[in-house]
Amino acid sequence: MLQYIFRRILIAIPVLFGVTILNFFIINLAPGNPVDMMVNPSATPEQLAMQKHALGLDQPVWSQYLHWLVQLFHGNLGFSYSTREPVTQILASHIGPTVLLMGVSLIVGYLIAIPLGIVCARKQNSWIDYLVTGFSFFGISVPHFFLGLGVIYVFASKLLLFPTGSMNTLGGDGSLMDTINHLVLPVAVLATGIAGNMVRYVRSSMLDVLGKDYLRTAKAKGLSQFIITNKHALRNSLIPIITVIGIDIPMLIGGAIVTEQVFQWPGLGLLTIQSITSRDYSTLMAINLLAAVTVLVANLLTDILYAVADPRIRYD
Amino acid sequence: MGELLKVDKIKTQFQTEKGPVTSVDEVSFDLKEGETICLVGESGCGKSVTSLSIMHLLDRNGSVTEGSILFEGKDLAKATEADMRKIRGNNISMIFQEPMTSLNPVLTIGDQLTEGIRLHMKYSKTEARKYAIDMLKKVGIPRAEGIIEEYPHKLSGGMRQRVMIAMALSCRPKLLIADEPTTALDVTIQAQILNLMKKLREESNTAIILITHDLGVVAEMADKVAVMYAGQVVEETDVYTLFDNPKHPYTLGLMKSIPHITNPDDMRLDSIPGSVPSVHNMPKGCRFYDRCPHAMKRCLEEKPLLKPIEDKQSHSIRCFLYEKEEQDYENKKLAEKEVSS
Repeated sequence: MLQYIFRRILIAIPVLFGVTILNFFIINLAPGNPVDMMVNPSATPEQLAMQKHALGLDQPVWSQYLHWLVQLFHGNLGFSYSTREPVTQILASHIGPTVLLMGVSLIVGYLIAIPLGIVCARKQNSWIDYLVTGFSFFGISVPHFFLGLGVIYVFASKLLLFPTGSMNTLGGDGSLMDTINHLVLPVAVLATGIAGNMVRYVRSSMLDVLGKDYLRTAKAKGLSQFIITNKHALRNSLIPIITVIGIDIPMLIGGAIVTEQVFQWPGLGLLTIQSITSRDYSTLMAINLLAAVTVLVANLLTDILYAVADPRIRYD
Repeated sequence: MGELLKVDKIKTQFQTEKGPVTSVDEVSFDLKEGETICLVGESGCGKSVTSLSIMHLLDRNGSVTEGSILFEGKDLAKATEADMRKIRGNNISMIFQEPMTSLNPVLTIGDQLTEGIRLHMKYSKTEARKYAIDMLKKVGIPRAEGIIEEYPHKLSGGMRQRVMIAMALSCRPKLLIADEPTTALDVTIQAQILNLMKKLREESNTAIILITHDLGVVAEMADKVAVMYAGQVVEETDVYTLFDNPKHPYTLGLMKSIPHITNPDDMRLDSIPGSVPSVHNMPKGCRFYDRCPHAMKRCLEEKPLLKPIEDKQSHSIRCFLYEKEEQDYENKKLAEKEVSS
């Protein structure tokens, strides 16, 4: 097992290189450059060229990439082109809010989806099954920006129950209650999507397991339905559930770009959009790198959890 | 030996989109303590459904709609789910056909074995574990202390079936239902499993309902046999009479289709022509009509009933050919009754 994990980490290194190369070149393909965003519109072409030269942006792309890579190995992610702050510092200040928002959303989403999925499978084709399937369809298909604007309109603007956005009240005490108050609407939007997706996997996976012979054996032993469902059946339907969780985890870091934008949540999603519009290459590269690492770690974690959930899966 | 189980004219129906389907119709048999009855018949004749009906283990759309299943005087056909939970695994337990899929792949053998023991016998965790190891040893599992920590996929089919038997017998049930316990195993393992069941039956005086389509298994294990065809019992008798003096045309057909070691090499094996009528389209009269060499006109219209005839042992047949014998037996019984009163 340890050997397997070690091997997987080794494989991850070339993958990361590939990801950074692709990202670097794709970002550079986009029209415009940081200098255009930085300087006064009345600057002369000579001044622009000088500024470009100062930032090394007049070099060929591959040379810029190599420079970035060398700096990365020195633990230096560079400075933001737009705010002049170190990128590490910017990332550090945005990662907390995103992990908080996404963590709460994932937990709320799963807490709703897993029991509902089990109930749906147990009562297949009943009214509750149809109701939940309808809800799941809604959760998957309604775009987050639309649902976000909808809940802001109803709950923030009309009913005045919650704030329209941001993470804390400006000039407020920044207390926990205040943060929770700001969390409710974005979490509701994100959890709807997460739960809508997850409930389908739980339902179909449970349905698959509920017809198995070993559940009849469990019933023939005189076990209660509760134990049969939650001990014997659920453990067997975990594999697809773990897969979906593994796909969801990178969102913890990648954030929900659109939702953060709609609610002005000061997380990585919002930072991504700001960096793109200001052509802030160094910040963008750092966000991409972080996202790539998270995806690779989540994949590895998923594979390890498979073996924990199902003793038949072994990696040696 | 007291009466343990009396299944009386049960009818099991499944609710489907095309309407109710009757899978078992008027099945009756009874069983004393320590006795073994074999239910034989071809695939789809309702053997398994009969046993699942007794245990209330049918799929959600299936239920016993008529008749009664008296177990120690209590009608299981009318028992609630809570009642059944106390009976299952405790008074009646079951072994299934497919040992490869009957055990939960993600729980250890010990986990699955002690579950029932702790539930019904109220043992503590350590007591249950010790008892489970004893049970595993009893069914002939080597290294029981090690096996109890293993997951089912590490065990062979024969070993898994032994675990199933250990599990089924751990709470000392009065009745064991074995649904083709040896069908999925190869012949040497089959013999081992049958011997094991015989040994345990003698030790604990457990009554057994053994479902099989293998007449060799019947000869080996049974005290009594009920031959089923298309959801009905067509002949019921003790095992010796069945082999020496089978009566129903279907049973006769089955007997003729067994290969014998003394048969000449070039002899073709007999088979019963045609196939079982569909459950959606059961004939009004005798269900064996289409395939019966002795079919008469009235068999098409009238439904024969399962009636006893005069024989060395009790023997009941569902066929008009034996109407005279059945009538004689009835008259004799009536006469006896009059004499005694």
